Amino acid sequence: MSRIGVFICHCGINIAATVDVERVAEEAGRMPGVAFATHYKYMCSDPGQSLIRQAIAEHGLDGVVVVACSPAMHERTFRQAVAAAGLNPYRCEMANIREQCSWVHQHEREEATAKAVDIVRTMVEKVKRDEELVPLRLPIVRRAMVVGGGIAGMEAALNIADAGYPVVLVEREDRLGGKMARLSSTYLNFEAAPGLLEEKIRQVLEHSNIQVLFNARVTKLEGYVGNFAVTVEMSEGPRTEEVGAVVVATGWDPYPLERLPEYGGGQIPDVVDGLTFEEMLRTGLQRPSDGRVPQEVVFVQCAGSRDPEHGVSYCSKVCCMYVAKQAMMYKERVPGGQAYVFYIDIRSGGKGYDEFVQRAMEEYDVLYLRGKVSKIFRRGDRVVVWGSDTLVGRPLELEADLVVLATAMLPSREALALAQTLHIQADQYGFYSEAHPKLRPVESLTAGVFLAGVGQGPKDIPETVAQAAAAAAKVIQLFAQDAMVQEPTVAYVIEDLCSACGACVAVCPYGAREIHPVRPIATVNPALCQTCGACVVACPNKASRIHNWEPVQVLAMADVVI
Amino acid sequence: MRTTISVAKLRSQFVRDVEEISGEDLLACNQCGKCSAGCPVAAAMDMLPSQVIRMAQLGMTEVLQSRTIWICASCLTCVARCPKGVDLPRLMEALREISLRSGASEIDLDRLPPDLVRELPQLAIVGGFRKYIK
Repeated sequence: MSRIGVFICHCGINIAATVDVERVAEEAGRMPGVAFATHYKYMCSDPGQSLIRQAIAEHGLDGVVVVACSPAMHERTFRQAVAAAGLNPYRCEMANIREQCSWVHQHEREEATAKAVDIVRTMVEKVKRDEELVPLRLPIVRRAMVVGGGIAGMEAALNIADAGYPVVLVEREDRLGGKMARLSSTYLNFEAAPGLLEEKIRQVLEHSNIQVLFNARVTKLEGYVGNFAVTVEMSEGPRTEEVGAVVVATGWDPYPLERLPEYGGGQIPDVVDGLTFEEMLRTGLQRPSDGRVPQEVVFVQCAGSRDPEHGVSYCSKVCCMYVAKQAMMYKERVPGGQAYVFYIDIRSGGKGYDEFVQRAMEEYDVLYLRGKVSKIFRRGDRVVVWGSDTLVGRPLELEADLVVLATAMLPSREALALAQTLHIQADQYGFYSEAHPKLRPVESLTAGVFLAGVGQGPKDIPETVAQAAAAAAKVIQLFAQDAMVQEPTVAYVIEDLCSACGACVAVCPYGAREIHPVRPIATVNPALCQTCGACVVACPNKASRIHNWEPVQVLAMADVVI
Repeated sequence: MRTTISVAKLRSQFVRDVEEISGEDLLACNQCGKCSAGCPVAAAMDMLPSQVIRMAQLGMTEVLQSRTIWICASCLTCVARCPKGVDLPRLMEALREISLRSGASEIDLDRLPPDLVRELPQLAIVGGFRKYIK
């Protein structure tokens, strides 16, 4: 006879206001195999957990049902708690009477209580038949791949390599540096970007732990965290790299000028984008049409950004700052010149950032005009800008020699295809999705694939460097483990029943099932299995099973409530 | 009518005069609007105090037609609160100065109603000479 403990949580009033927890405890106490049942205000709190541990010792419990919230919320908490009391953690289950009961039946107290009792009944039957399982330990390949050789990729690679792990850095072009290599200087101190970058590039190329593959593209990713096989396409043919983790740092592309026809984008030679102006700042300030040094320059912020009609509703985040920098650099080069900036809002959040913009206004006499530009056209050899100043409430006209459009940052044009290749998610724009917007900002939803730089969302160089270092720390954290620990509640095959028909292989969405290369059976790669149960349903012989979700358990659970 | 913005206007004699007479750096104002928000007589003005300095920044001489520069009582509330330390009443004074120098007096003393003159404190009349008369 089992000795199961049932612990009912009030979750404050989340459960107790709807479900009669005392009655659930009474009913649970009478269920066959239950040796102890009680209820408590917050079972997940320290006193709640110690209540469970004490009960295990006092009543000699051999299984625990925590009747509370979703297992997604606290299964790990309670399994750790029972393990501390010497019980196998897989002999502890959650009966969810919050999300699936009290929250959805707030006006039906009687029925909700009856339903809660039934839910408990099923989980008691399940725990009675739960096996004592041991977490799986999988080997780790302690070598990382970084995709993208811009500042994000190089920073991640250097951090991982410095920790002593080999890195293979995949770059699609024949040089390192990415977009930063096209910048003249960086805000806030006008430090020359090429100088900063050259040092990084040298470190990467000379690092004994870093191997750089130029003109290379990732075309396939197989395997799982700790054991990936990545196919890289190169001019000399494909090659396969065995790595344990991947950092994706594929950066960005500028919004095409041609998509801004009302600003003369692609039509008027003296209307250029920010990256082109960076180049002009490096190579000599001559405007494209006739090589003259521009005496009046208009900068247009939010060119494409914050503009859902142009397909980009987000703020590109770096433009306010680099426009201020460009306007100041322009004034340094052309002291008699005048710079104008049209803006909707000035977003200069960051240490020293707003002071920098204020300096542009006060010390460099950059004239900021509040309003989005509506139209840009040619008049003779000059460029006319129609905007407004909403502060005085007047429409404006400005004749300039050069217009610089601070165009939106788009994810790299290859990002969406790469996201599919790497089995990671991307948002509607093609920026890679982080696992959690607040607490897991450098992880993708695919274990072992990490994100760095603008590929994940617009950000400037210091933010990129910080994110790249964080992604590297995640990789190092993974590599520092002895082995990958994985939940043992995955699929397995009863070989005597298996006829190797392949139904499970066809139905598995995670590629975890294969027919054995020699023997006539199907196999499970437990590292890839996500416990979805598709193979269990598909198997005509009931050979595919999931640990602790055995047919005998499911039938027993159904029996007590039907 | 579209207002033209140009180097010539931004660096015009008008802007230089306003800066010289007021002693203020016009571009120090970042148009936060706090002066307009706290001005006790803003409701009587045809243009907000922050718009007056904005037009001066842009070299828009039509600011001289605004009633605001005459209504401003130089109470200094805005100066006390300006986050950038701009002395807006000095700017208003500069604009009145420029207006008076180039045009007629704002007030014709002979046309003041005698009853009003009798009732006004002497200090107000002396102050009025200074503020409104050429």
